[in-house]
Amino acid sequence: MTVLVVAEHDNQEIKGATLNTVTAAIALGAGDVEILVAGENCQTAADGAAAISGVSKIRMVDNALYANALAEPFAALVVSLAGDYSHIVLSHTTHGKNVAPRVAALLDIVQVSDIMEVKSPDTFVRPIYAGNAMATVQASDEKLVITVRGTAFDKAELSGSAPIEATNASDDPGLSSFVGQELTRSERPELTSARIVVSGGRGMQSGDNFHLVEAVADRIGAGVGASRAAVDAGYVPNDYQVGQTGKIVAPELYMAIGISGAIQHLAGMKDSKVIVAINKDEEAPIFSVADYGLVGDLFEEMPALAAELDKQGIKPR
Amino acid sequence: MKILVAVKRVIDYNVKVRVKGDNTGVELANVKMSMNPFDEIAIEEAVRLLEAGTASEVIAISLGEAKCTETIRTALAMGADRGIHVKTDEELQPLAVAKLMKAVCEKENPDMVIVGKQAIDDDCSQTGQMLAALMGWAQGTFASKVEVADGKAQVTREVDGGLETVSLSMPIVVTTDLRLNEPRYASLPNIMKAKKKQIDEYSPEDLGVDAAPRLKTLRVDAPPPRQGGGKVADVAELVDKLKNEAGVI
Ligand SMILES: Cc1cc2nc3c(=O)[nH]c(=O)nc-3n(C[C@H](O)[C@H](O)[C@H](O)COP(=O)(O)OP(=O)(O)OC[C@H]3O[C@@H](n4cnc5c(N)ncnc54)[C@H](O)[C@@H]3O)c2cc1C
Ligand SMILES: Cc1cc2nc3c(=O)[nH]c(=O)nc-3n(C[C@H](O)[C@H](O)[C@H](O)COP(=O)(O)OP(=O)(O)OC[C@H]3O[C@@H](n4cnc5c(N)ncnc54)[C@H](O)[C@@H]3O)c2cc1C
Repeated sequence: MTVLVVAEHDNQEIKGATLNTVTAAIALGAGDVEILVAGENCQTAADGAAAISGVSKIRMVDNALYANALAEPFAALVVSLAGDYSHIVLSHTTHGKNVAPRVAALLDIVQVSDIMEVKSPDTFVRPIYAGNAMATVQASDEKLVITVRGTAFDKAELSGSAPIEATNASDDPGLSSFVGQELTRSERPELTSARIVVSGGRGMQSGDNFHLVEAVADRIGAGVGASRAAVDAGYVPNDYQVGQTGKIVAPELYMAIGISGAIQHLAGMKDSKVIVAINKDEEAPIFSVADYGLVGDLFEEMPALAAELDKQGIKPR
Repeated sequence: MKILVAVKRVIDYNVKVRVKGDNTGVELANVKMSMNPFDEIAIEEAVRLLEAGTASEVIAISLGEAKCTETIRTALAMGADRGIHVKTDEELQPLAVAKLMKAVCEKENPDMVIVGKQAIDDDCSQTGQMLAALMGWAQGTFASKVEVADGKAQVTREVDGGLETVSLSMPIVVTTDLRLNEPRYASLPNIMKAKKKQIDEYSPEDLGVDAAPRLKTLRVDAPPPRQGGGKVADVAELVDKLKNEAGVI
């Protein structure tokens, strides 16, 4: 039995989430692990994938059809390769969530979403109800599609040198075309792989005030996130949202600034190693999960915190 | 244009769920149930297309136990024209829901199906994509904007890096993200009117679908508790603790 990991990349670099997904694929203990790198001019990304430890082969499909990873042609490609594999494994990112169910349905097999632990090749632990319960589920199908919660698995090492095999494209279902994208540009670490995340909530009051969050974030090398309320109010773009229905993060340090701590927000960050909360309401539920809570007005505390970091000589690692 | 909208009955999003003592599931007895919030957004979008004259009929479908009709009535009160209830007391998993909805699509021939991007109970985020695959249709997932013109839909999607826009040949499946719209509250007169609207009932057998679960839940556990509640007096103590006690900065 062989496992296929579907890599996520921008034709240049393999995304961090794929490294966690490879670790989960190896943990299946089902056999060799191969990686599919499909894109346009994606040789550099395929080379990157070949360096991932524990991988036996890279299948590279270089074709304009996969330039933007549209679900319809991408799923058709994965289905055309599926015969060779017992498990098809993707990251539980917007890309994985878009493609995986389409693959599963076309193959008439179940998908196990967002796994956090592998018990055996057919048995997994996955969160339900925003992580307030953990279900152990067992699949009866011979072949499985799985999506993986990146924060639950370590990143694979990069000391491998797997061979790259060029693989044919499959037919274009001709249902969809790419129009454009508006990607958020940021010099800061990407949320789901950042070592530290500082998030602002409705308490920030405006997008302009997010500079208070950024000032602290930049002093400690952190990514910047937000609650849904802050995103809905237009303070920051949608891809900043941390939570059940946004991004799941589990950094070494998570700082919640002016965030009350709704169940849906906690679902996205409560597995962080250390949690800091700054909130003026000492009854705010966020304090019940915080290791270090500071009751105070963020408009005073955040500038003071930035100054204190400078004073104690803290620098990004 | 005819639109089919899926509405799922789930535990209300404000309820803090508890795992059952015997680890077989979560406590559902006497718990407030509501329409999945993403499905409220789905109905709202369909009704807006109806009001704009782009859509001619909106049908709300729910699959599951008898009480799903309450969820369908809510959708009818928000403005859907009629309902379909696929009734079963068996557990329905996403692939089965997609197959049942496919059978309904073959009867009703909708031009668009709108479902939530995820149900907040099982958080699978599968059903819409699976239905699109089974129908051989395009999918516009995690949508924050949908525009229909000349047999095509332009859908703006919320993706990990920001926003992406795709052009899709109709018919399509759309899955809703939070910022697609703000759902309305049903008015009392509309709630009254909804009681008279038609709901057709089918069983999985009527639709010729094997809806048996293929994923078995062996047990359900509470997540490991988190020891929180620690406080610091000021930013100096905070930085000191982060540096010297936790060692994270
Ligand atoms: C279907 C669904 C999905 C959802 N998904 C998510 C999700 O993925 N992520 C998410 O975050 N939410 C999600 N939510 C929303 C969630 O329920 C909350 O509404 C949201 O998290 C609240 O954001 P907040 O804490 O920023 O705002 P609020 O709850 O309004 O809290 C603001 C906090 O700021 C504090 N504050 C105000 N001013 C100051 C000040 N000057 N100094 C210090 N503190 C101050 C207040 O005391 C308060 O605690 C979802 C909701 C639904 C229904
Ligand atoms: C009586 C009963 C008991 C169950 N017990 C369990 C259990 O103990 N553990 C467990 O894991 N699962 C259980 N399920 C199954 C579970 O509730 C879901 O129906 C199934 O897993 C689908 O996953 P999801 O809703 O997360 O799908 P998603 O793919 O996340 O749903 C996305 C969207 O699909 C649509 N949709 C999905 N299902 C329906 C539906 N039934 N009706 C209308 N629209 C729908 C909605 O628009 C929804 O927003 C039970 C179901 C029933 C009926």
